[in-house]
Amino acid sequence: MGMRKVAVVGAGMTKFVRRAQETPKELSWEAAHMALESCEMTMDDIEAVCLGTAPDAFDGVHLNGEYLSDGAGAWRKPYMRSYVGGGTGVFVPIQGWYHIASGLFDVVMVVAEEKMSSFYPHAQAAFLTIFDHTTERPLKPNLLWIFALEMNRYMTTYGISKADIAQVAVQHKRNAADHPCALLGDANITLDDILNSEVLAWPVQRFDVSPVSDGAVAVILAAEHIAKRITDKPVWIEGVGWTLDTAYWTNRDLAYPRYVEYAARMAYDMAGIKEPRKEIHIAEPYDPFDYKALHHLEGLQLADRGKAPELYSDGTASRTGNMPVCPSGGLLGVGNPIAAAGLMKIAELFWQLRGEAGARQVPGHPRRGLAQAWGDLMQVGTVVIMGR
Amino acid sequence: MTANIREFPGTSINEQDFDDGKILYNFDKLNGIYAWDTGIGIGSYLASLKNGVLLGSHCKTCRKVVVPPRTICEWCFRPMNEFVPLKDTGIVNTFSLCYVTWDVQRIKDPEIPAVIDIDGASPMHGIMHMLGDVDPQNVKIGMRVQAVWKPANERQGSINDILYFKPIEEK
Repeated sequence: MGMRKVAVVGAGMTKFVRRAQETPKELSWEAAHMALESCEMTMDDIEAVCLGTAPDAFDGVHLNGEYLSDGAGAWRKPYMRSYVGGGTGVFVPIQGWYHIASGLFDVVMVVAEEKMSSFYPHAQAAFLTIFDHTTERPLKPNLLWIFALEMNRYMTTYGISKADIAQVAVQHKRNAADHPCALLGDANITLDDILNSEVLAWPVQRFDVSPVSDGAVAVILAAEHIAKRITDKPVWIEGVGWTLDTAYWTNRDLAYPRYVEYAARMAYDMAGIKEPRKEIHIAEPYDPFDYKALHHLEGLQLADRGKAPELYSDGTASRTGNMPVCPSGGLLGVGNPIAAAGLMKIAELFWQLRGEAGARQVPGHPRRGLAQAWGDLMQVGTVVIMGR
Repeated sequence: MTANIREFPGTSINEQDFDDGKILYNFDKLNGIYAWDTGIGIGSYLASLKNGVLLGSHCKTCRKVVVPPRTICEWCFRPMNEFVPLKDTGIVNTFSLCYVTWDVQRIKDPEIPAVIDIDGASPMHGIMHMLGDVDPQNVKIGMRVQAVWKPANERQGSINDILYFKPIEEK
């Protein structure tokens, strides 16, 4: 298709915290600055900036892209904020990718930031406006409903138990104990801790849910000729995909994320992947809720329908397994500052594939990884495949 | 992470820091008031709710009946202007027992939101509504339910003209 090769050459991130003292701009700058330092570049080397941040409602600022522009290094540069709900964090590197793949730019900085704590009394109420204002909002829905409804449908369709699903939370939170930026890492958490946590919206309990968080992540993307000058360990973006399903979410199958399948197939085709279960060495599916990791693994064709829990119970998904899932600790463990959480998965693959993940390093020199995010009102799927 | 990074940026603060006056902040309230026009598809839906009827729409090309009704078929992108009355009964596609409200207040008796596949619509086509008049522990996926309507003179052309759905007594 005449597309140029694009590599990730640098990455940076802030700690993910429940409430950060820094403003959104300051968080963005911290991550961007660190990403630049990591590949010894300066703003002069950056030709364009892509920003990802989720609803304006969190910051209470319209044109949030402009508000964050100085922290994101956008001044006097081609700059655009993209937004596809929770899928933003894995969409914004795709936006950066096509800036470079198309030949328009050689070096692009991608910044994703979220500060959810400013919204009072709780960021959850900001999500009320994602429901249809005429047919759904009069019922006073909360965001947990859609997850609880989808989780229950998923469990019932395939006969999956709460304990099957809770092992996801256990593993991700344990993995996160090794992440220096994690909010909820816990090396000693047990299945009973998850199953005995407060019931919020059955079947969703407190520890099934990722925490509201503040944080930022940035990565630097470069065209092949630049990437090879900057580093001897570029990590290539080999495939990208994204798809939207119907917004009438009560008019489709809730047990299977078809939009994730379509996004994945687009990315696999581009990367030349025929057998994803053998060719993907690390998976970072989106896990704002523990069942979502399973749901997405099935959509990504990395497990048969209803069989994703087996990856966890037989050890395949553990950090030393055949296909580690969320070795970072995921959103459940590291935290979920929406857009930043998705880009955290891209940064994690970058570090893992370069062998720089420290205590979290997946053994065996993994060659290829996949990051996926999901969002809007449960119908957008975004996928990036990275390899070295 | 790269071994040479010792300290990651980001400063965690908590409620105590606010109470202690360590953090300055600006508190403000956004004022957003809207009047949303209901349009042709949803307008017909609401008008028919006022008359005690659930309305869907039918695509002749795709042979699908969707609910709520709309004027564009997402599948074939053709107009979808044939509205069809549906039954006010259906099957529980999925449900939740929710112990927190939309603004995260704890409640003792759970709200029971559900997706209800409406009889007469295509399979797996339903609406979100509430279940009521049922012991939360007895709600099951696959259960048959029927709408409980507000009295005719109190209906306003709103989704709340249906109070909730309740289980149909099996004979």
